[in-house]
Amino acid sequence: MNELTLKERMQMSRVAMPEQYPDSRRRNFTEVNLGLTPELAIEEARRCLMCRRAVCIEGCPVGVRITDFIDLVAEGEFDQAAKVIKQDNSLPAICGRVCPQEHQCEGACVLARKGKPIAIGALERFVADYELENDLMQTYSPPHRTGKRVAVVGSGPAGLACATDLARLGHEVTVFEALHELGGVLVYGIPEFRLPKEIVQKEIAQLEEMGVAFVTNAVIGMMDSIDDLLGEEGFEAVFLGVGAGLPRFPQVPGENLIGVYSANEFLTRVNLMKAYRADSDTPLLDLRGRAVSVFGGGNTAMDAVRTAVRLGAAPASIIYRRSEEEMPARREEVHHARQEGVRFSMLATPLEFFGNSAGFLEAVHLQRMELGDPDEGGRRRPVPVPGSEWIEEVGVAVIAIGNSPNPLLPRATPDLDQTRWGTLVTDETTGRTTKRGVFAGGDIVTGGATVILAMGAGRVAAASIDEYLRSGIWTPPKDPAEVTG
Amino acid sequence: MFEVLEAKNLAPDIRYLRIEAPKIARRRKPGQFVIVRASSNGERIPLTIADAHPAEGWIALICQGVGKTTRQLNTVAAGDRIPDLAGPLGMPSRIERFGNVVAIGGGVGTAIAYPTAAALKEAGNRVVAIIGGRSREYIILEDEMRAVADEVYPTTDDGSYGYHGLVTGPLADLITSGPPIDLVLAIGPIPMMKAVAELTRPHAIETVVSLNPIMVDGTGMCGGCRVEVGGETKFACVDGPEFDAHQVDFELLTRRNTAYRDFEQQRLNEWNASRHDPLGAAL
Repeated sequence: MNELTLKERMQMSRVAMPEQYPDSRRRNFTEVNLGLTPELAIEEARRCLMCRRAVCIEGCPVGVRITDFIDLVAEGEFDQAAKVIKQDNSLPAICGRVCPQEHQCEGACVLARKGKPIAIGALERFVADYELENDLMQTYSPPHRTGKRVAVVGSGPAGLACATDLARLGHEVTVFEALHELGGVLVYGIPEFRLPKEIVQKEIAQLEEMGVAFVTNAVIGMMDSIDDLLGEEGFEAVFLGVGAGLPRFPQVPGENLIGVYSANEFLTRVNLMKAYRADSDTPLLDLRGRAVSVFGGGNTAMDAVRTAVRLGAAPASIIYRRSEEEMPARREEVHHARQEGVRFSMLATPLEFFGNSAGFLEAVHLQRMELGDPDEGGRRRPVPVPGSEWIEEVGVAVIAIGNSPNPLLPRATPDLDQTRWGTLVTDETTGRTTKRGVFAGGDIVTGGATVILAMGAGRVAAASIDEYLRSGIWTPPKDPAEVTG
Repeated sequence: MFEVLEAKNLAPDIRYLRIEAPKIARRRKPGQFVIVRASSNGERIPLTIADAHPAEGWIALICQGVGKTTRQLNTVAAGDRIPDLAGPLGMPSRIERFGNVVAIGGGVGTAIAYPTAAALKEAGNRVVAIIGGRSREYIILEDEMRAVADEVYPTTDDGSYGYHGLVTGPLADLITSGPPIDLVLAIGPIPMMKAVAELTRPHAIETVVSLNPIMVDGTGMCGGCRVEVGGETKFACVDGPEFDAHQVDFELLTRRNTAYRDFEQQRLNEWNASRHDPLGAAL
C-alpha cells in the first residue's frame, strides 16, 4: 500500500524521462527516450492519487486498468503490472512509446490540471520493457481451441491487436502482410529512434508463440481475393486492417520533381529499407548540408523531419499551414524536434516547387496563411494572405499531409462498400463491413489516425468476430446515417 | 522463399528465371508485375511477369542486368531461393478485340510485350510483332513471338539481323503500306517508346506503353513511381504500368529515373569489383 499522504503525493513532481542529449542523438538512430529506471518508475507510481473514479482509464481507447497496474509498479511488482496491462493491451511496449497520452490517459489525469499528470505512457513502457528484457512474457494459451479460422489482412497495429484477441479466444489466426517485413506502419513508418524495430519484433514473436501464423509478401486483393480467403482457403471471417494507402500531394506545380518525396516513401526508404546504412542497396538522396522541408504538422511530419536531421539536413524545417496550436503531432515529438534543431515555419503553404534543368528540386514558392473561421472539424481554417509569397531554397521536400485509402482491396472486392472518401463502410460498434464475414478497422475505416485507435478498432472487431463465429448471425452495418466515414 | 526452377541466359546480361509461385501464377494476368527482393539487404524492384503456368504453379521473369540488384538477381541458378516475391501487382493489360495490333518490344521490353501480345492474339486480334535489339544476340523471344504473332519483324541497330535500324522503321512501313492499325503496344527503353508515340500520334493510332519508374513497395503506398499522364499525376504501380503513350510525359519519367544514378553506379562498381576479386566479396 502507498503510505504517502494525498498531500505528499500532490507535492511530488513528475519524473523526467531520461533521454539522449540532443547533440548526440541528432547523429544517431538509436532511441531518444531511454526509459525509466525501476527507482524512477516506483517514484512516479507512488505519485498516483488512485482516484476512485479513474478518469485516466476512461481516456484510454482500449481501457487499460491504469490505476491497478500503477499500484503494482509502486509495490515493485513489475511482472504483475505487465499482466494487468496485457489484459487490455497486447502491445504495451509500442503504445507506451507512441500513444498520444496527452490527449488520452494523461490528458484525463486529475493532476493534468496542475500540469503534472502521472507519466502513464512512460510507466506502461517501463513495465512492458521490463517484461521483455527479463523474458517474463507469459504465453496466454487459450482455454480451448474453437477450430475456427480467421484471416487478418495487414500486420500493423489494427491487425496485430485483432489477431491477439482472436488467438486468446482460441481461434486459429493467420495474418497476411503485403510487405516483406511484419509490423506495417510500426516498421515502415515510425523511425527506429522513436520505436526500435526490435521491440516490434519481440511483440510479434509473442503472437507467434501464441500460435498466430504470419504470411509476408501477401498482397490480398491481388494475390488471394477476400472471396478466396472465405472460400477455398477456409477462413470463416476476415479482418481488414490494411491501413491508409496512397500518399496525398498538395497538387501544386513541380511536385513530381526529383527530391519531392511523400513521407511514406522517405520513411520507408529509411526505416524499412535501411537506406541510412552503408550496406543497404536502397538509395536515398544525400541530405547532408542540404535544406530539407517537411510539409505537415502531424506525427509523420515530425518523424520525417527528425529523420532528416539525423541524415545531416541543414536546416531541417517543418512547414505547416496552420499554427503550432493546431498541429496534430504529439507534444513530445514537437518538443524533441525543436531540441534537435528543427526550424518551425508556421502558417505557410507551398504554391509551387522549382527545379533545375536535370529535374532536381531547388526551391519552393511559399505563401503566408492566416487563421480564419473554424472548419467542420473545429480547427481554424488557414486562409491565404494576398501578396505574401516568397521563395525559399530547398534540396529535399517531404510531403506529410496525409493519405487516401488504398484502392487495391475495394477495387478487387466490389461488394465492399466505400464511403465517398474511399474508406470502408463499417458499423463502428462491431467493425462489420457490408460483406458477410468481413470486418475492418484502423486507418482503412477512419482515414489517417493513431496506432492506439487502430488497435482499439482491431479489438472491437475481434470481439465482434468472435460473436459472429459463435452465433453465425450476420448483421450488416446499420443505415448509412449511423455508419462511420 | 521462392524456389528458382530454371535459370538460363537469353542474351548477354538477359536472364530467364522460372520461379515457383503458385498463388501469383494463378492470379496473374498479362501486363502485371511482381516486386522482387533478391537479398536480405537488397532493394525491392519491379519486374513484369513474362509468363506463368497456373497448373504447374510457376511464373517466369526476364531480367536484364543493369545495376547491382539486377545483376545480383541474374546470378541465381536453378535450386536457389529468392527471399521475397510479391504480386501480381498493377493493372492488367487491356485485352479486347481491337482488330489489327502491332506489338513492339525493344531489348528486354520484348519480355513484357510478349504475354500481352499472346493474350491479344488469343482475343482474336491480328498481331504483328516488331522486336528490336542492339544486335542479333540481343533479340529475345523470337520463337515465342513467332508462335503467337501473324508476322514478326526483328530489327537490329547494327544490321546483324533482320531490319537494319530501329523498331520505328518497320512500324512506319506498316503505317504507310499495311492495313489500318487499331492498336500499337510499345514496350522498351524510354526513347523507343517516345519515338513510337511520336510516330503514331499524327495518325491517331491508339498506342499503349508500359512504364518502368522507380518503385519501392509497388502497392501504392509510397508514391515514388509518380508519372504524369495527360497532365495528371498517376501512380504507375496501381494506376498502370500501362498508359496512353500520347499522354505520357516521357521527359519527366526519364529525369525521375536518373534520381539515384550516382549511387547506382557506385553500387555497381562495388559489385563488379567484388565479383572479380573473390577476397573482396568475402570482406
